[in-house]
Amino acid sequence: MFRSMRDAGGGTRLSFTFDGRPLSGREGDTVAASLLANGIAICRETPVSGAPRAPYCLMGVCFDCLVVIDGVGNRQGCLVPLREGMRIETQHGRRQAEEVLG
Amino acid sequence: MKAVTAIDQFEESYDLVVVGAGPAGLSAAARAAELGIGVLLVDENPAPGGQIYRAITTTPVGDREVLGADYWRGAEIVARFERAQAGYAARCTLWSIGPDETAAEGEAFEIGLSLDGRARLIGARQLILTTGAQERPFPIPGWTLPGVMTAGAAQIALKSAAIVPAGRTVLAGCGPLLYLLAGQLAAAGAEIVAVLDTTPRGNWLKAAGALPNFLRSPYLAKGLRLMAKARRSLRFVGGVTGLAAEGEGRLASARVARGDAAEIIACDTLLLHQGVIPSVNLSNAAGCAHDFDEAQHCWVPRLDNWFGSSVPGIAIAGDGAGIGGAESAALRGEIAALGAVRRLGQIDLAEGDRQAAPLRSELERALRGRRFLDLLYKPAPQFLAPPQDETIICRCEEVTAGQVRDTATRLGVTGPNQMKAFLRCGMGPCQGRLCGPTVVELIAQANGTTPAEVGYYRLRPPVKPVTLAELAALQQTEAAVKAVVR
Repeated sequence: MFRSMRDAGGGTRLSFTFDGRPLSGREGDTVAASLLANGIAICRETPVSGAPRAPYCLMGVCFDCLVVIDGVGNRQGCLVPLREGMRIETQHGRRQAEEVLG
Repeated sequence: MKAVTAIDQFEESYDLVVVGAGPAGLSAAARAAELGIGVLLVDENPAPGGQIYRAITTTPVGDREVLGADYWRGAEIVARFERAQAGYAARCTLWSIGPDETAAEGEAFEIGLSLDGRARLIGARQLILTTGAQERPFPIPGWTLPGVMTAGAAQIALKSAAIVPAGRTVLAGCGPLLYLLAGQLAAAGAEIVAVLDTTPRGNWLKAAGALPNFLRSPYLAKGLRLMAKARRSLRFVGGVTGLAAEGEGRLASARVARGDAAEIIACDTLLLHQGVIPSVNLSNAAGCAHDFDEAQHCWVPRLDNWFGSSVPGIAIAGDGAGIGGAESAALRGEIAALGAVRRLGQIDLAEGDRQAAPLRSELERALRGRRFLDLLYKPAPQFLAPPQDETIICRCEEVTAGQVRDTATRLGVTGPNQMKAFLRCGMGPCQGRLCGPTVVELIAQANGTTPAEVGYYRLRPPVKPVTLAELAALQQTEAAVKAVVR
């Protein structure tokens, strides 16, 4: 979990949701940074064992920050800038066929 | 600089495409554009700077002391690029490099780009790959727990979002970045409870021979300053020989071994760092030859003195050409740009040599002392190939060190590509970036061979995720359609 530096500039705030919970983030931050700043400890569960994961490298290498953004899965949270009204969700394991068909 | 913000704004073809907007890519693109070449610089991040100058134009960190003077030098590199007439596409992923089969003759490539969920294939006569470095995998028990991150990740969070770990923070590993980050995080107000140094004591002796050059290098003053600052104010624990992250569902503590002595340090964040290695995924997939560099203990592309790779028309500069640091990255980028401009026929060899000469001597100065750092911070064997069988080494497919060792020994697997077929290591979304070096190390250890003999993953495009919808929407040439439709 992360917190803002004391002297960090304010900047514009954006509203978004994580698993339905209304949160706010700083314009210019990535999705992954916004989750960390909001104290979100876990962003996905692995497809193999279901183990919880959180952002690990923040530079597009590890793919541990994968989340569902506005219904699209497998987005790298560390590379996507936060936008107003984004709907971000935990990525639970591998995608099931019924999700795609539904 | 001309910003390209939508996929249909790209030209059909560019003389030169540079991949990655760190110091090497920015300098290469600027130099080539200044010489009148049509250049496109693509980068997957939202703003230029790469990792070392991450968010240099947008950082919300107000106090310049926190990130230090070396960071702010990046502003001039970006400013020069912005003055140059080069195209620049942020948030743009390059996912493939292939030969341009429609080109009449000479060096020509077809590259796949993706921007805002739309893909396109465009042409490039020359390519400079400046995709930089990644942190060397540091597989320890529990390193997949939420709360464990790389030191680089914490630095990126600080630079780009002005956020610091909340609660008790432990840094572990070795190398200049770890000490730099310790100082930066402390200045930013983080609560650092310990810095666990894994530098093997025996490395000092091995590095001693390279000391005279280091003493004459620009690294010295900088390094001493970093060390002194961090050591003065923080709890430094040297001689760490073993490390594990512990907790149920998230990090609760770090278990530290120093020889026979053990200690448990309660913490909320554990930041790992075991040096950096070139990012080879793109160059490997493009077919460039790589060799194992013993001193840096990693794979580096085989390059000529213009940073040209084994594939004519593809150059590789910056830390992707072998770890050298920010200053050398910018210089290498400029030399690679001169090489590409010469191949395009814009300048002749004599002019290229004339312009490159001062850059080459600067580069030599910048790299002096590097060998000392390479030898001193070479990771201990137990951090390259984890001795505990249960340690996950492929984070994506959750393959353990024990499985790799067992498969190498019992089934006689001699290389990582065969290992992939048995265990799926390297087949998850990160495409081997976080397991490749460890898998190679474990196979070498199990079979009594060397990483150089074991080889590396054969990588294939797409090197970054691209959706089927994007591929299906690509414009097809008549010839391409004829090739598959009957």
